[in-house]
Amino acid sequence: MRGLGASQQEREELEARRQRFERERRVTLAATGALALVFAALVRPARAAGPAEAPELAAFDGDPYRTMSWPDMRRDYLGGQRAVFDDRVRVEGPAFAVDPMTVPVTVSVDGLTDVRRVIVLVDRNPIRKVLEYEPLLATPTVSFRFKLEQASPVRAAVQTGDGLWHVGGALVDSAGGGCTVPGATRKDGSWAKTLGQVRGRVFDAPSTLFGDGGPLLASTVPAAGAAPAPRGSTPVAGLNATGARLRLHLMHPMDTGLVGGIPAFYLSRLEVRDALDRELLRLQTYEPVSENPVFSFDFRERPPGPLRVRGRDNNGNRIDATVAS
Amino acid sequence: MSASALGPTALLAVVLAAAPALAASAAAADPSVRSTAPVEATKANAPQVDVARKDYGLRARALAEGVWVVEGANADFTPANGCNIINTAFVSTGVGVLVINTGTSRLYGEQLRALIAQTTREPVVQVLHLNLHPDYFLGSQAFADVPRLATPVTREGMQREAKAYEDNLYRLCGDWMRGTEALLPDRDFPPADASTATPAAAGSKLPASGRFRIGTREFSFVELSGHTDSDLVLVDRASGIGFVGGLVFVDRIPTTPHAKIGPWIASLDRLAALGLKTMVPSHGPVVSGPRGIDDTRAYLQWIDREFATYARDGWEISEVLRAPVPQRFRDWAAFDTEYVRNVVHLYPLYERAALPEVGSGAR
Repeated sequence: MRGLGASQQEREELEARRQRFERERRVTLAATGALALVFAALVRPARAAGPAEAPELAAFDGDPYRTMSWPDMRRDYLGGQRAVFDDRVRVEGPAFAVDPMTVPVTVSVDGLTDVRRVIVLVDRNPIRKVLEYEPLLATPTVSFRFKLEQASPVRAAVQTGDGLWHVGGALVDSAGGGCTVPGATRKDGSWAKTLGQVRGRVFDAPSTLFGDGGPLLASTVPAAGAAPAPRGSTPVAGLNATGARLRLHLMHPMDTGLVGGIPAFYLSRLEVRDALDRELLRLQTYEPVSENPVFSFDFRERPPGPLRVRGRDNNGNRIDATVAS
Repeated sequence: MSASALGPTALLAVVLAAAPALAASAAAADPSVRSTAPVEATKANAPQVDVARKDYGLRARALAEGVWVVEGANADFTPANGCNIINTAFVSTGVGVLVINTGTSRLYGEQLRALIAQTTREPVVQVLHLNLHPDYFLGSQAFADVPRLATPVTREGMQREAKAYEDNLYRLCGDWMRGTEALLPDRDFPPADASTATPAAAGSKLPASGRFRIGTREFSFVELSGHTDSDLVLVDRASGIGFVGGLVFVDRIPTTPHAKIGPWIASLDRLAALGLKTMVPSHGPVVSGPRGIDDTRAYLQWIDREFATYARDGWEISEVLRAPVPQRFRDWAAFDTEYVRNVVHLYPLYERAALPEVGSGAR
């Protein structure tokens, strides 16, 4: 700092640093004290941060995963708006990343109405925002695969019509390196031959997707400390003929821009319309979505087909496909 | 002069010339051979690992005269087991020892080499890697002075994957991996003097098979595929013991990072036709009879059938992970981690087959 007379800007910076230090000090205290309390809170995230919230949680904005990044993420991606941690928002995937280049995740919402948008964020990815989904006439359930740079909470923030964000998440462990190594089609050069190709189909959807109480979508990844449900022991419900699922497989290298000499090149938008030209869903995708993305979208009723799938990438290449329904 | 200073042909000439004189006495004089040892493994065969001292607790169990298996834990990689989950083996030939796979780390290789020296007076003359996976060759630094052989396909795969293996195992196993760097095999299998019944012509889909001899010992081999792109099976002719690598998993969920289910099942059928009476799998206990083949085949067929059905019904990976798995498979070792890997490796192939092409980019 120059001289004694600090400018207004410098005073503000100083105050910000003091506040940050104060916050970090509280965090340290929280981490060292009341370990049992911390653990109990981790096992079962609060449905909504109420007045009885443990004081140390406040340092993390109530974040059950207690990452330093959450307050910033809420500011940067959720417009700083009010957010509650809500176990009706589920993020489901394997507890560890088998392949950090492609971690499969299903985000689902059980019991919330009037869902306007779903934003998926990964705390410890160099690029945190994975996608933003507006379900429109679809259910707020979306499945996709993403690149995970290191072990991290994976969060879904769901905004309802009243503007409130409901946040759920899962911890996924990882060997690392998902965002900073080139994909297979980039390495072998085949991406140029397949760019923009689309595979897809409309399926009958499993009935349990619609909150029928089936165990299918209970999270396999509970918050830290809780024992995972035994896999392979859960009966699977039959199919429901009225619901439908659109699955899409799109060929795109989805370069993150974090690999030397390969600029960011990724699918950025996707929309689906039905035969009546109603917009069924709208999706914005970002660099962390896996190479050659696979998506599943669910509908309460089978939309009248054919469905028109249109999209584009950040270089202006277009996707255009028609799927029978 | 070190063995590696000799060319492969020169070395074999030395080996073969010395063979008749040494062969008769070597195996019989070896005090550690217990020809009556039970072939089927038990829990007691799992090594006693000392994490603090970084001692794998390797033990050589004689399966037949001059044939030893060194059994790893039937589990997934963890620091508690030293990440030793592989069965390696060594065979005395009268003129030296053939080592089959070198284990998971430099330290493992060193302890294996020390164990061999305690078990037999013969020097190590050759190393053979049955496929490209990390625990088949990351112990090779302890065998840098010995010719190390693998099929050309396996050598190419190791070259491609070695860096990722090092990184991943360091992360999974920590300090056990200290000082481990991939030392790749330095020559092709089969050796030049092997009688190759079915030559592996370039691009040929036919398996290569044949015989070769070290000292007094005759081996037959066949190169199959499906677990990886090159799965070498080695059979000691005298004892009839087969080293079946990753094609057969016994009481353990198979690993599938390079698997192709169809070719794998076909390879198991070929393997069954060999009628081996004892099989040393790389993972899980040594078995008599065809049980290992039958179990592995049943599991792969179950995967093939179920995954195809799930894909036709439009299931996501998260749903596949919750689908029921027969109890007999859930009881196998490493289910909690390896089955998840199976799903993530294999299901996308079925998924893709169930999604027809519907359009392409309009640029």
